[in-house]
Amino acid sequence: MTSGTVFFNHELTATSHSLADYRARGGYASLEKALRTMQPVEVEREVLQSGLQGRGGAGFTTGVKWDFVDKKSPVVYLCCNIDEGEPGTFKDRWILEHSPHQLLEGMLLGSYALGVRHAFAYVRGEFDLPWRRLAGALAEARTAGLVGERILGSHFSCDIVVHRGAGAYVCGEESSLLNSLEGKKGWPRNKPPFPAVKGLYQRPTVVNNTETLATVPWILANGAPAYAAMGVKKSPGTRLFGVSGHVARPGLHEKPTGYPLQRLIHEDAGGVLGGRALKAVIPGGSSTPILTAAEVETLTLDPEAMSKAGTMLGSGAVIVIAEGTCMVRLLQVLTRFYAHESCGQCSPCREGTDWMNRILTRICAGRGTGDDLATLRSVAAGIQGNTVCALGDAAAMPVASFMKRFGAEFEYFVQHGRSMNDGRLAP
Amino acid sequence: MSAPDALGTDRPTLSAERRARFDAIRREYPPEMTPSLVLPLLHCVQDEQGFVGDADAAAIADYLGMPPMQVREARTWYSMFEREPQGRYVIKVCRNIACSLRGSERVLAHLQSTLGIAPGETSADGRYTLRTVECLASCSTAPAMQIDRTYHENLDEAAIDRILGSLP
Repeated sequence: MTSGTVFFNHELTATSHSLADYRARGGYASLEKALRTMQPVEVEREVLQSGLQGRGGAGFTTGVKWDFVDKKSPVVYLCCNIDEGEPGTFKDRWILEHSPHQLLEGMLLGSYALGVRHAFAYVRGEFDLPWRRLAGALAEARTAGLVGERILGSHFSCDIVVHRGAGAYVCGEESSLLNSLEGKKGWPRNKPPFPAVKGLYQRPTVVNNTETLATVPWILANGAPAYAAMGVKKSPGTRLFGVSGHVARPGLHEKPTGYPLQRLIHEDAGGVLGGRALKAVIPGGSSTPILTAAEVETLTLDPEAMSKAGTMLGSGAVIVIAEGTCMVRLLQVLTRFYAHESCGQCSPCREGTDWMNRILTRICAGRGTGDDLATLRSVAAGIQGNTVCALGDAAAMPVASFMKRFGAEFEYFVQHGRSMNDGRLAP
Repeated sequence: MSAPDALGTDRPTLSAERRARFDAIRREYPPEMTPSLVLPLLHCVQDEQGFVGDADAAAIADYLGMPPMQVREARTWYSMFEREPQGRYVIKVCRNIACSLRGSERVLAHLQSTLGIAPGETSADGRYTLRTVECLASCSTAPAMQIDRTYHENLDEAAIDRILGSLP
């Protein structure tokens, strides 16, 4: 594998997702190395020392998450979270479509480190080609003796099950995913206990994001120091950044952490669509607080820098918004989404997401009233921090941040019954 | 169709073909994980006939030896499961943020006028059901829609006409 790129290291062809092609570019060498020369704890240590952090949004250090698990437990489960649903995010889909064996190898390495006999790949139900590619790769791997009993002639046995979700954004939350995998509705669980202690069927369980697990083979192949040397020190490595919205060339880019956001937008993605001025950026998926063009001028794609700017790197989904876009209508698109996806368990989120959406829908219809904006702010504040899972915060943060940065547009819409801009979202 | 069990209550029946498919799915999972089969079996039925009816849900519960309510709960809570027959083609248009910024409103308007139905409706000839859905992870290829399982991306009016025209 080419050093410096964990994912974008091969040409995409009609067969680049196959086992033969993956092996030709060094695939499964890490698994072979681990099974022949390393103890499970050494694999865990390598991942810990690499500094790899979870790529699903929360950014927890992967090696620490693995360390929490009691390896003496008779049963430990590993679940790969491929319920990719954060609006703006399409990186896990790329991994499944173009390098599914890389994910399987990462799952096997994780399973070896954790003592897992059965691992699960929870794929969002809407995915078609990505799901078929993963299922096809799994069949190839089984036939080649890479999955199943006594893998590569070692004493390590591990089966992988590909499980389809059925349309629920909240199931990307790890405890909700576990309930869903148990056949229940995907209501998030209270924590503690954390999944590492009581997870799937009350057994110790690790839930890792797709990109996280697919990075592990590279770390084993190139060593923890090589990985830790890429990107910024506190959050090393490369990340898959998806650029969408008003850019000339939307797409996925692998960049080291700390890469300048402006460069990603103006060089890699070809600049703002139609040569318009940049108005705003949602930097890490629809749930992360929005920033104005001025705020992103010197911003780098690094969790710490994002935190200082009052937002988050999240899932690395950069949504670009051009000058002239109506922020009130755009926020209504988001509140509609969160109202649709609230699972119904916690009252602040169940009632609040719908309430916020009804207010914004009314404002967008030109029927906003004087109290609406104050109510919106207060409902958002009432949700935040008061729910079992992060979906409540995810719904509240866009509302609070849109209104903080573009408050005048909301005031104007309520007063005049129409948008300050031409009201369109697309050019 | 149903047959009485030992208590004299009606037990839902399962065709031999469907039972064979259920058995094949069951073999993929560890034996102690019966409840995990609820979603895969619901998918199995829906993939076969486009919806999961009351009798189908009851048959799944019976096959798994689980209370029928647990299967009904999953069938109603997850947005992908349909409880009634759908149009021959189910068209799902993404309306989330990235697609909105690239023209999903035009996509939806064009489909509505071409098919003569609103989201949630099925055409009178039973050929099309139109729905709106949330983010399909097609953000760099927006606007996008799904027809049954297949993704169609980078849509505009001409592309939609071409896609609809190519459906058998």
